[in-house]
Amino acid sequence: MNQPVRVKTLKIDDRDVSGREDETILEIARQNGIFIPTLCNLQGLTPIGACRLCLVEIKGVSRLLPACVTRVEEGMEVYTQSERLQKYRRMVLELLFSERNHICSVCVVNGHCELQSMAQVLGMTHVSVPYRFPRLPVDASHERFVVDHNRCILCTRCVRVCDEIEGAHTWDVMGRGIDSRVITDLNQAWGESETCTSCGKCVNVCPTGALFEKGKPVSERLKKRQFLPYLTMMREERR
Amino acid sequence: MHFTKPSPPSDDKRWRIVEATMRRHGYDPYALIETLHSVQQTFGYLETEALQYVAKALRVPLSKVYGVATFYHFFTLKPQGEHTCVVCMGTACYIKGAPHVVSAISEKYQVQPGETTSDGKLSLLTARCIGACGLAPAVVFDGEVAGKVTPEEALERIGRWTAQ
Amino acid sequence: MTPEELRKLAESQEEARPAPRHRIKICVAAGCLSAGSDRVRDALQNEVTRRGLENECEVQGVGCLGLCTMGPLMLVEPDGVMYQNVTESDAAAIVESLGKKPVEQLVCPSDMSFFTKQYKIVLENSGVIDPEKIEDYIARDGYTALARVLEDMSPQDVIDEITRSGLRGRGGAGYPTGLKWSTVAKAGGTRKFVICNADEGDPGAFMDRSVLESDPHRVLEGMAIAAYAVGASQGYLYVRAEYPLAVKRLRTAIRQAERLGLLGNNICGTTFSFHVDIRLGAGAFVCGEETALIASIEGKRGQPRPRPPYPAEYGLWGYPTLINNVETFANIAPIIRNGGDWFASIGTEKSKGTKVFALAGRVKNTGLIEVPMGITLREIIFDIGGGIPDGHRFKAVQTGGPSGGCIPEQYLDMPVDYESLAKVGSIMGSGGMIVMDETSCMVDVAKFFMDFCVSESCGKCVPCRVGTVQMYNILNRITSGEATMEDLALLEELCDMVKYTSLCGLGQTAPNPVLSTLQYFRDEYVAHIVDKQCPAGVCQMRQ
Repeated sequence: MNQPVRVKTLKIDDRDVSGREDETILEIARQNGIFIPTLCNLQGLTPIGACRLCLVEIKGVSRLLPACVTRVEEGMEVYTQSERLQKYRRMVLELLFSERNHICSVCVVNGHCELQSMAQVLGMTHVSVPYRFPRLPVDASHERFVVDHNRCILCTRCVRVCDEIEGAHTWDVMGRGIDSRVITDLNQAWGESETCTSCGKCVNVCPTGALFEKGKPVSERLKKRQFLPYLTMMREERR
Repeated sequence: MHFTKPSPPSDDKRWRIVEATMRRHGYDPYALIETLHSVQQTFGYLETEALQYVAKALRVPLSKVYGVATFYHFFTLKPQGEHTCVVCMGTACYIKGAPHVVSAISEKYQVQPGETTSDGKLSLLTARCIGACGLAPAVVFDGEVAGKVTPEEALERIGRWTAQ
Repeated sequence: MTPEELRKLAESQEEARPAPRHRIKICVAAGCLSAGSDRVRDALQNEVTRRGLENECEVQGVGCLGLCTMGPLMLVEPDGVMYQNVTESDAAAIVESLGKKPVEQLVCPSDMSFFTKQYKIVLENSGVIDPEKIEDYIARDGYTALARVLEDMSPQDVIDEITRSGLRGRGGAGYPTGLKWSTVAKAGGTRKFVICNADEGDPGAFMDRSVLESDPHRVLEGMAIAAYAVGASQGYLYVRAEYPLAVKRLRTAIRQAERLGLLGNNICGTTFSFHVDIRLGAGAFVCGEETALIASIEGKRGQPRPRPPYPAEYGLWGYPTLINNVETFANIAPIIRNGGDWFASIGTEKSKGTKVFALAGRVKNTGLIEVPMGITLREIIFDIGGGIPDGHRFKAVQTGGPSGGCIPEQYLDMPVDYESLAKVGSIMGSGGMIVMDETSCMVDVAKFFMDFCVSESCGKCVPCRVGTVQMYNILNRITSGEATMEDLALLEELCDMVKYTSLCGLGQTAPNPVLSTLQYFRDEYVAHIVDKQCPAGVCQMRQ
């Protein structure tokens, strides 16, 4: 039989909330309509705590902790909107905008890009660090999809969905640090990939215009993500 | 599912060394890094066919193999030159003039650190501390460590190779 | 092998060797080796053979004797004469002098403060025993601690003894070792692992390499005792592939210990089994971080993951895992042999025992030293290190590598312990200690470390991946005379942000070299920016 589920009560931004012991701060916050910004996180994929947008303050803990992977604990006092956190979040976005070539006006997902909307929500009005303007390739070798590395923020959602949901593990990351880049197979052209099933899940989970479908007008390039919760649910039921 | 062990990319006998490494680890996907070490030690670098073979034999996705091979700087995907010169750029070597050694070699032989000369004779590499700080600056010429190396000495040692 | 047999073996080792009248111990650790000590050893051996003195004199390769800058070093026993800068051509003169007057011009004064001010626990066997002979280690009480633990101590007794000793992790952060062991011991499950972190990647540090090359059994014994205490039966030694000699000696050591039943199944005839395997690192500094190290042993990209959960509860393949570094394990056997109270009597109130440092940079005597905690920086640099050469002036000492900071002259009389170093903006670190004089530019030094962090960042989290690059670019502009005071303000903001938002220790400490040089040498930054000048004359200003 299942173990009885233990419930923890805690405070988020001075509101009393409760959740199961195996739930994260982010999940509980969302259930209670408390907004914590995220970029690398996507419900249905393993959280990795990489983008650092969801960092929160916890009373009595000196470090800032990512809400997406931190489990709730009894009596926790979480603060999600301090001035310091807001400043750091804006700087994370500024660093992302400076890293590659994010020029919204010419982007295929202008208007429905998560990076763009996050910048609006968090009030990032300008980028104070110099843009790096790296020269990065665009791979349009796949018959249906394109990967434009200039717009990639290395959230690795594509890597995770391909591995965890589709089970093909066509995507991974090569190199390290600032030279990291998402790749298909042995850094081959996407169109020549032996393992890609052309399912398009990676394109649908990509938060920016880095992965997009060919031949569609900008207005129709909305990402379809409803498959994720369903697929996850079906799998869990089968287990 | 039944799994057939792939055969090596060529009938080069050295593949047996690599196979032995994988066998010792029971062809476990966890043995990826150990196997790549074995390939590099045997063949000097990791060529594409080798990566494909290792991926199949250990049942590790291709992109993951490539991701691991490029994450670790000890691995190289390109063949090295006939001779290698590794300049240590650890802190002690740095403040005792290792950058001058690098730039002297780089200028004279028209080769950037991490690259090989166009004639394939010389690879110039830098290392993050080889642990010979007491002898800073240290340079490894074809596997042999030399201590307290001046730019002139380094050029002289390399000159002996290229003269041959 | 039972403890009784071990004692007998040790005794027989002593007797079996008809002690030659003279013993020449020459250092064959990497430092002296690169100065040609293997050729000198062969020349000495040839000379001994040529004179037919094989029964009179034994030539022995040993581990590090410490004073690397004067290598190759050798020690002649029983006279206790130390020679420095020995070459092959000196072989004849040295063999000739045995039992007579030492070769004057080669003598290294062993009464100098470099040797007398040290206190050796971890390095007690370095330069004394042949690292490739387990018999040598056993003859120096090796493996008696393990035998004692298995014979009459419970796992809890062992943890209590380590806790009493006050030993703290020597990898840099100084987490209490006893507490860590006790967490892993308490963790549930029957499968647990012990990992020795020998991925010494700090540029300017070679303590671990030296211990592994000079006395590998000490580390294995420490790991076995730890495994018994926490309930593990499998261990991994994660060693840099860049240390081929250390790897070779470890392999030899593991084989020897297994043959004598000191590792493997049913150690010393008890039910305790412990196997050790070597895993090679592949050139990634971030793998010194414990969750990245675990990922690497699992054959993955060495990227850290958020903690908690800590490896003590969820580690290698999800099982409870104890990770300590080489020097920590090297302290275990002496603590068991002499008792936790003995260890706790050395050092300061909160930092017990000794610390091994790799002393390098602008100092006369560079090499490997072991000093009691609480010694002052001045004693290390000026007494042991012999001060600054060529009439130059001390400027700063860097500890903790890319995670540490530069300590200026005003703190030279500060005791060396975890808390004091942290208070002045540096860290103990793994033991790199680089001395700088007025010819070093502090902005350039900060840039050097930031360059290191840029190329070692794993790229997983945004602040470290992009933030370090932006900080490096600013430092680059400063050192080429192209920066403004606004850049300096931005640099400080980035330091703050990267420090508090990065995922792992690498990113969280990456700003430290910049922060500490800004704190003590701000005028140098300003000179570069406002006057377009490098006070140390290192940086090339673009006009």
